[in-house]
Amino acid sequence: MRLLFAVLTGMVFGAGITLSGMINPAKVLNFLDIAGTWDPSLIFVMGGAVVVTFVGYRAVWRRSAPLFSARFQVPTSTVIDGRLLGGSALFGIGWGIAGFCPGAAIPALGTGRWEVILFLGAVGVGLGLARLAKGLPLWPRRAET
Amino acid sequence: MMETAFTPFASLAGGALIGLAAVLLMLGLGRIFGATGILSGFVFAEGREEVSWRAALILGMVLVPGLMFLVTGRWPRIDVPVSPAMIVIGGIVVGFGASLGSGCTSGHGVCGLSRLSRRSIVAVPVFIGTAAITVFIIRHMMGG
Repeated sequence: MRLLFAVLTGMVFGAGITLSGMINPAKVLNFLDIAGTWDPSLIFVMGGAVVVTFVGYRAVWRRSAPLFSARFQVPTSTVIDGRLLGGSALFGIGWGIAGFCPGAAIPALGTGRWEVILFLGAVGVGLGLARLAKGLPLWPRRAET
Repeated sequence: MMETAFTPFASLAGGALIGLAAVLLMLGLGRIFGATGILSGFVFAEGREEVSWRAALILGMVLVPGLMFLVTGRWPRIDVPVSPAMIVIGGIVVGFGASLGSGCTSGHGVCGLSRLSRRSIVAVPVFIGTAAITVFIIRHMMGG
């Protein structure tokens, strides 16, 4: 049941990414191109998602526990540090270069397009590099969110 | 560069579905719907319990374009106006940055903002800002 629920949840997410247009890098890049061929659609994607999640989370958290799990696991850190700022800044740069983000690329993988496979492979490399970098003594160890 | 149509209603409805998925994942498994974390956990997490629900989520997401094709006879529209080199460089930087910054568009942008997380309220304008600057430089200063 737990895994079936997860599959259905993934399908709802994928349908949202597809319907909203987020699945199309041209549309994402045009949202980011305010000085050029600007397409403000993504403001509506973000707005719709945040309103539903804001209300829905509060309804769900009235429960003592999730349906298929012992407890809610929500990040608790409030630290604004170099890792958060630098990581987010880099994420934005990569997003602006490629036009894909992971949430859009995973559903897009279902089209079998080589660009999507290439992008997700590269994301995997980036995730692996970040794991190596986090293992270096440059960063204070702390719980992942 | 290519024009894309402004689609406020489809985008709002799609956004609402993305939000619904985030709520469902919290209701069912008590977890944040961050695509990078799901991908990273799927690839690197230890223990079948931690990998299986992420694999199931990814499977559900990947099934959508094919189901859409079966129902409507059309694949979702995907135009990639960048070079293969940009896809690779962008992908590596996206993976590295999202991992370091503990989140991406879905994790910080949807789930974090909805939780009123202080970290996400900082992270989202940072990455939208650097993304917009990057696109400006590539399209309007380098003539990409």
